[in-house]
Amino acid sequence: MEKLSGGDILIKALADEGVDLIFGYPGGAALHIYDAIFRQKDVKHILVRHEQAATHAADGYARSTGRTGVVLVTSGPGATNAITGIATAYMDSIPMVVISGQVVSDKIGEDAFQETDMVGVSRPIVKHSFLVKDQRDIAETVKKAFYIASTGRPGPVVIDVPKDITNPVDKFDYYYPEKIKLRSYTPATKGHTGQIKKAVQQMLTARRPMIYAGGGVVQGNASAQLTKIAKMLNFPVTNTLMGLGAYPGTDAQFLGMLGMHGTVEANTAMHHADVILAVGARFDDRVTNTPNKFCPSAKIIHIDVDPASISKTVPADIPIVGPVDSVLDEMLELINATNERPDEKAIENWWKEINEWRNRYGILSTPRYDTTGEMLMPQEVIRTLFEVTKGDAFVCSDVGQHQMFSAQYYQFDKPRRWVNSGGLGTMGFGLPSAMGVQMAHRDAAVACVTGEGSIQMCIQELSTCLQYHLPVKIICVNNQALGMVKQWQDMQYDSRYSESLYEDSLPDFVKLMEAFGHVGMRVTKRDELKSKMEECFAMKDKCVFMDIYVDPKEHVYPMQVAPNGSMRDMWLSKTERT
Amino acid sequence: MKRIISLLMENEPGALSRVVGLFSQRGYNIETLTVAPTEDETLSRLTLTTIGNDHKIEQITKHLNRLVDVVKLVDLTEGSHIERELMMIKVRATGAQRAEVKRCVEIFRGQIIDVTASVYTIQLTGDSDKLDAFYHAVGDAAILEVVRSGVSGIARGEKVLGL
Ligand SMILES: Cc1cc2nc3c(=O)[nH]c(=O)nc-3n(C[C@H](O)[C@H](O)[C@H](O)COP(=O)(O)OP(=O)(O)OC[C@H]3O[C@@H](n4cnc5c(N)ncnc54)[C@H](O)[C@@H]3O)c2cc1C
Ligand SMILES: Cc1ncc(C[n+]2csc(CCOP(=O)(O)OP(=O)(O)O)c2C)c(N)n1
Ligand SMILES: [Mg+2]
Repeated sequence: MEKLSGGDILIKALADEGVDLIFGYPGGAALHIYDAIFRQKDVKHILVRHEQAATHAADGYARSTGRTGVVLVTSGPGATNAITGIATAYMDSIPMVVISGQVVSDKIGEDAFQETDMVGVSRPIVKHSFLVKDQRDIAETVKKAFYIASTGRPGPVVIDVPKDITNPVDKFDYYYPEKIKLRSYTPATKGHTGQIKKAVQQMLTARRPMIYAGGGVVQGNASAQLTKIAKMLNFPVTNTLMGLGAYPGTDAQFLGMLGMHGTVEANTAMHHADVILAVGARFDDRVTNTPNKFCPSAKIIHIDVDPASISKTVPADIPIVGPVDSVLDEMLELINATNERPDEKAIENWWKEINEWRNRYGILSTPRYDTTGEMLMPQEVIRTLFEVTKGDAFVCSDVGQHQMFSAQYYQFDKPRRWVNSGGLGTMGFGLPSAMGVQMAHRDAAVACVTGEGSIQMCIQELSTCLQYHLPVKIICVNNQALGMVKQWQDMQYDSRYSESLYEDSLPDFVKLMEAFGHVGMRVTKRDELKSKMEECFAMKDKCVFMDIYVDPKEHVYPMQVAPNGSMRDMWLSKTERT
Repeated sequence: MKRIISLLMENEPGALSRVVGLFSQRGYNIETLTVAPTEDETLSRLTLTTIGNDHKIEQITKHLNRLVDVVKLVDLTEGSHIERELMMIKVRATGAQRAEVKRCVEIFRGQIIDVTASVYTIQLTGDSDKLDAFYHAVGDAAILEVVRSGVSGIARGEKVLGL
């Protein structure tokens, strides 16, 4: 058996786990590990410019591939800089393994140089964490970490590694376990058959059904099954912000996103539904509006691999704990095995109603933004992006109005194409996540839709883009303000713009791009938008920043009325309501 | 309603802090907490009491079960069970009070485990209500110090919390 140092064992274990890329940043406590990286070829390391970006890049890699993202940082400030990205991954259930260097074992607890209790600091935002105490435990810990991060409800796992554990002198037998079993961790692999039968019965008697599908369908690779069920039963489908792409966005049975900035038709259909099939969605407060007014007449079937998601905010009538793919497979079998179908007439009438709402309120059928004015509208920017990329780009978004416009106006036909921070809403996520996506899909069109506010939170990564030739296309919807904040200030604080304006302090992004060795463009006019965007995407090997000036007064609509509103109570514009 | 949740978890550093952290992180209360290794040295048994409605308790047990270190869990209050807590209490006992306190200890089947000219140290076991009752019977004025172990519990009959 070969004998290796702790540092070599760690990297070899990653390679044996199938890791091809890690995102990180070196420092004292991690230097033995970095030396081990230097001496091998299997695992490629991407040097970011800030540890937060390493976590977001690994996150983007994970969301777009379904594989576990890997991060390596040093102790102390390296570890704490990673925290925002770990929390972001945790909230959206993204599989990630974060390896942090730690001070040498016998200095732990002494306030040693660059010491932070990483296991303690990260505890509330990880699925699990390990502090490695012995070289002989490294390989097995790596195996456990990947197993835990990627199974059940995925999430980030931290491995904290004291520097002495990776020293190059002491050598140990290396063996990577093929399989691992943990007596205290046994995620559900199958739903309860009796419950699944009950659910299918309920679905077959539905007269006003809705499928409400979330990020779990994307994570659980169950889009095909979901689409089949919807097609077989002719059920309408809505997706959460995290679920976009789980069902084809251009399909006629798709009603758009639901929730705070969802479509009127999706929210109204939810409100009137008699049976709701909730799949891999967690009844977030941005979806339900006032929980006790949520869908008053619906029987709720809830499929989720995490029992803690079920009946957390809204009680489920038929809970099913299990992975979406296997549960939906079983449902399909049951539906195939019976001739029973929902009352055709009832479903037809239901569609009639829904189509009336859609014709009257639909954001795509009856656009509510004004394209006759002087200024470009943010919605047109996203529609143009959709057209220019033929709906087939990876779209990585930052957080704010531009994020909502992207969710509303870019129709995702495939899962894993829409990458955004939903649960934590982390500004700064866009660019680094796009880097991770581009690393995993070297030839794909990758767009980072951002605002002039968000982009400045991780703008240093433009340098990383140059080093690794990442031709990310940055679509900056420049409304010259923290637009989402300003919208709330318009609606709730009589337009007192407390600290949401920059007072002419925005950088010249075109020059900035040149300084970073990339290409910058500025767009202010409607007639140049499309041609410039085509030009931008035609530069296949360039990182391009489109600084697109849009109307700063525009709000995101529809928007649920809060507080005390139900799903269907929505603002349609600054003055009209449903 | 008061609930007694008892669980087996990996006897590893960090496991306890994950359980305790969960309660503060999610805004749940811990009333009492006891933890000690079991006959199987890789496992610790932790018993805690908390107060909440059914919905809250369901969330608590689900989240506890979700912790990777938690191997098995039972809500003892769901079935018939035995609950015990140990209290040691130091009371002033001088003059006529000495006999009075002693009688009280006998009624509650406690033991006087240390004596000085002016102080009795008393040990009492039972469920929490009994300990509370003793405390009130002796009267605030006499009490110098109280230490309680927190609740331990076990199911009645054949039911076992094991691997
Ligand atoms: C500015 C802003 C506005 C927002 N507005 C909206 C809005 O209008 N509408 C909206 O929907 N969201 C909105 N959000 C996002 C919102 O905060 C939540 O992140 C989102 O609603 C959660 O999506 P989800 O329910 O699909 O759950 P996710 O967070 O995607 O969780 C997935 C669920 O699926 C489960 N799961 C995972 N894998 C599997 C599997 N293999 N099998 C079974 N179950 C699995 C998990 O346990 C979890 O319960 C907004 C966010 C921001 C920042
Ligand atoms: C790290 C972080 N800080 C603060 C916020 C609160 N916040 C949400 S949206 C927003 C404004 C974003 O501005 P910009 O990126 O320009 O997008 P816009 O809304 O203008 O499209 C802010 C400050 C946040 N989500 N994340
Ligand atoms: Mg802005």
